[in-house]
Amino acid sequence: MEEREKRYVPVLVRFEADGKLRPLEIEFAPGQRYPIDKILDVRRAACQSVGGVGDRYTCRIQGQESYLWLEKGRWFVAAKRV
Amino acid sequence: MGRHILHVDQNSFYASIEMQRHPELRDKPLAVCGSQEERHGIVLTANYIAKPYGVKTGMAIWQARQHCPHLVTLPPDMAEYIRFSNMAREIYEDYTDQIEPFGLDESWLDVTGSVGLYGNPMHIAREISRRIKFELGITASIGVSDNKITAKLGSDYRKPDAITRIERDNYREIVYPLPVEDLLYVGPTTSRKLRAAGIHTIGRLAECPTETLVRKLGKMGRVLQTFALGLDPSPVQKTDHIRTIKSVGNSATPPRNLENQEDVKLMLLLLAESVSSRMRELASKCTVVELYVRDSTLNSISRQQKLDAPTCSSHEIAQAAYGLFALNYRWQNPIRSIGVRGSGLVDASAGVQTSLYDDNSKRDKWERIDAAVDRLRQRYGYHSVRRARMYADPLLGGINPRDDHTVHPVGYFGG
Repeated sequence: MEEREKRYVPVLVRFEADGKLRPLEIEFAPGQRYPIDKILDVRRAACQSVGGVGDRYTCRIQGQESYLWLEKGRWFVAAKRV
Repeated sequence: MGRHILHVDQNSFYASIEMQRHPELRDKPLAVCGSQEERHGIVLTANYIAKPYGVKTGMAIWQARQHCPHLVTLPPDMAEYIRFSNMAREIYEDYTDQIEPFGLDESWLDVTGSVGLYGNPMHIAREISRRIKFELGITASIGVSDNKITAKLGSDYRKPDAITRIERDNYREIVYPLPVEDLLYVGPTTSRKLRAAGIHTIGRLAECPTETLVRKLGKMGRVLQTFALGLDPSPVQKTDHIRTIKSVGNSATPPRNLENQEDVKLMLLLLAESVSSRMRELASKCTVVELYVRDSTLNSISRQQKLDAPTCSSHEIAQAAYGLFALNYRWQNPIRSIGVRGSGLVDASAGVQTSLYDDNSKRDKWERIDAAVDRLRQRYGYHSVRRARMYADPLLGGINPRDDHTVHPVGYFGG
């Protein structure tokens, strides 16, 4: 498996009236923004690859599924190490 | 109709959490240890890679390193462990509201009323085990039985990451050969007494004549036999992590031994400040002050005294503790650790029987000074305001017993 690292990322989020969070856009690197097309699933999960436990959002971004975690108020992804 | 009780034990809890969040440490021997520089550096939890080397909970760090030179040690992060403990509890709450935590990493669950909805107890146990793995990234071992004591034996029987069912049909086969020490509440003293009487296994304890046990162990003999027979009737008590608090105590092992009265006075003041501040947080006052002293040869004494009136004044608690000390300690050895506890807690807002002769206005004044110090410290940090005495010895005076040394006591009998 390729090496991954825990990368905290800025995320644009909409707070719904019922208190739910809806992440709209991930800023993966400066100037590298990815709008989230759809949230497919939200559940608590442990991130095995880079460590961490929180709410895991399964997002569809440009036709690809990827995970976005919210842990203790910060968002992170398991990014490919460059 | 029997009960269905699970005991869930998160394996090597602190170490497993650290391995979960530090993937690079997952294949290394690891121990979470109390802080090294303050001399009470002991192993709190070791992971399953370190354990075969002989690294055990309670061992000093230097001893652990002798067994396992490559041991990685990490300081504890209690806030994170409490977060995991709460998340585990949220999983249990999906299956029952009858949950009794035993420390941060163990819980009993009574699922008797849930089998209709969620399937048999083994099914619920497998579901919980799977969810802990998926949602928390750590493993648990689970015991399934019809009483709390046997359920706990089950979760200890095979670990990590296992489920053991012990019920009437396989009880003797699994439990009887186990050493008596596996039973909750058979500590070193009881174990010695039992073994001296030729009782080495739980089976022998179960089959021993009750009168013999009562003669040797008092009424605890009867209780332990009930445990050994798997007939413990005690209910799973619905409790939160914080039980109804009956006493507040603080102890510390300072960076150096205490050598004289001045050292002791200083430490007692420091501890009394912490105890009184925590009592005010709970809106309670104590009616009894207890003192605990352990000397450099690890001999310890504890003494207590009832107060004339309830108090949460650090000055008064320290004075009572020092009074006990002066009466009871003979200075054969320097002191390694010392503790103060306020017990017999009463509601601070309740009326107090005032004494005709006592100086109540003075007590009130001291308590208000303490409360003012609390507010200052909350706002500007612990070290923002201190007694001048603490500057006499910066090494001892610099300890913050309130935030660095809080312990989490638990007892099976709800004490």
